[in-house]
Amino acid sequence: MSIDALPPEATAAQAASSTPTGAMIRTLGLVSAICGLIIVSSYQGTLSAVQANKQIAVERAVFKVLPEAKSIVEYQVTPSGVSVITGELPAGAVKFFGAYDDAGKLNGIAAEGGAKGYGDTVRVLFGYKLDCQCVVGFGVVSMRETPGIGDKILTDKDFLANFVALDAQLNKELSGLANEVKTVKHGTKTKAWEIDAIAGATITSRAVGRAINQSAQALLPLVVPQLDKIRTKS
Amino acid sequence: MSLENSRNWDEFMEGIWKQNPTFVMILGMCPTLAVTVSAMNAISMGLATTFVLVFSCLLISLMRNVVPKEVRIAIYIVIIATFVTAVDYAIQAISLALYDALGAFIQLIVVNCIILGRAEAHAAKNPPLPAAINALGMGAGFTIGLLSLGVVREILGAGSLFGISLFGASFQPWVIMVLPPGGFFVLGSWLLLFAWWAKRKERLAAAVEVNQHA
Amino acid sequence: MHESVGQIIISALLANNFVLAMFLGLCPFLGVSGRLDTAFPMGVATTFVMLVASLCAYGLNLLLSAFHLEFLRLISYIVIIASAVQLVEMVLKKYSPGLFRALGIYLPLITTNCAVLGVALFQTAREYTLAQSLAFSFGGGAGFTLALVLMASVRERLQLSDVPGVAQGTALSLMLAGILSLGFMGFAGLGG
Repeated sequence: MSIDALPPEATAAQAASSTPTGAMIRTLGLVSAICGLIIVSSYQGTLSAVQANKQIAVERAVFKVLPEAKSIVEYQVTPSGVSVITGELPAGAVKFFGAYDDAGKLNGIAAEGGAKGYGDTVRVLFGYKLDCQCVVGFGVVSMRETPGIGDKILTDKDFLANFVALDAQLNKELSGLANEVKTVKHGTKTKAWEIDAIAGATITSRAVGRAINQSAQALLPLVVPQLDKIRTKS
Repeated sequence: MSLENSRNWDEFMEGIWKQNPTFVMILGMCPTLAVTVSAMNAISMGLATTFVLVFSCLLISLMRNVVPKEVRIAIYIVIIATFVTAVDYAIQAISLALYDALGAFIQLIVVNCIILGRAEAHAAKNPPLPAAINALGMGAGFTIGLLSLGVVREILGAGSLFGISLFGASFQPWVIMVLPPGGFFVLGSWLLLFAWWAKRKERLAAAVEVNQHA
Repeated sequence: MHESVGQIIISALLANNFVLAMFLGLCPFLGVSGRLDTAFPMGVATTFVMLVASLCAYGLNLLLSAFHLEFLRLISYIVIIASAVQLVEMVLKKYSPGLFRALGIYLPLITTNCAVLGVALFQTAREYTLAQSLAFSFGGGAGFTLALVLMASVRERLQLSDVPGVAQGTALSLMLAGILSLGFMGFAGLGG
């Protein structure tokens, strides 16, 4: 295969006379201005709709894992304190959702986690309650797993039963989980902090376990000691 | 006036049949195989690409006399990227679920060879109306190509069409169809079918000729 | 997020091969894989462009995020990629004119290779660090080259086989790609 054509720009430059630099700069300026205008206006025009969509999606996800909750507040937590999220997340802060019931009392917290599954990342949202120090439910935010195999994590009753009271206690020093949340082979679950994988969908099951573990290890040691600050909705 | 209309019609049909991007020109393969796991995704991608195609070609055609030859490719790419960014935000505003399903391939419309190829080969040399009509035809042809894959893959691989289940719960889906290898196999099969059809036409035409001479 | 550099390379090379699993870089895959001696240099050139693009995209993303100009991401990425390809073209033309001619029109077409822009977009979406990004682009490029070389080897052999007329050309390449993709599915789960 021998292709004799040179790149289009080279032949064009050789053949025709060169465009004067002034004209080129003017045209480039004109193109940039038009394109800039289109981009900025489409961004601004859709911004409110996009934010509304995202808010709806988040609320739906949190209410699914904490069914008694009626409203949510998005917080950020650092070793020094908890505060409502405002714009940029400062370094070392972890964000989570506080879910409140009708009376404005804290029902539970929810947080996102992600880990690589069979396809791309599996993003999950899990709910956590302080009274049992356990994960009470999880939902999938986004995933690209194999239909019919990996997506069983959404429907398999035995798998979902893992998350009714998944132990997520903190260790004595409050520096991490007492026992890391782990996915084990189907049928070998013995401890309250283990997740029984779906037979034939181990990779996706493991991704869910890793996602929850990583997120919990990063969030819970910071939040649990400071939960009193957000017991009631301010 | 009717000559002008028939010429416009020819421009439009060129992209649908004779120069169909998916089946004839074999362009834009990446999205064709990646997003056609369902008919809904296929049609959305087709519409998004058509939008970018038509508006980019329109703008490029309007500017065809002021764009310097040396930097024209760079300028075309910037214009295409602008409209892709607009479509990206538009889809986010319409449906986050759709946006998640199409994934990175919305932004990858920018490197879809069809658009740059059309701009270079057609829009840069023609007035706005023919350029837009031709772009519309190409987009329609591309959407038809995507749909033909999306429909087959969804029916075989999920037992549904546009989300509506066709065969009931007992249907065992042919899962490979919604996985990467399935994409390759389905498109290959379509091309095989077209090649066989073309050969058959040839044979029949040759047989008719032989009969005429006999 | 928490993947190690090694895991990322293995995953991008095999389990999530750019061409056979993620459908990136298909146009050159179907176009340039006719001969082994053009397929391999094409793969290497693309890998190099990917590495440069990955580096620049990482830097650009930091810059744009600092000024809240995320909506300019796509445009700036593609402009950087186009420039990187120009650079590679000039370097090849000077130091290896034979290769430059052999690759012909496919060299500037690396700009429209979904795999290169795909690398930049995916590493941004997955919020990789610099080391992870470079590992990702290296693994991805190597995977692209691997797929290209495999395809070229098989197609060269097939030229001497008796392929039915209707199946010749792109239809055959696609079927081959499907079988290769099927094979690569066996690597699932490798690399964590």
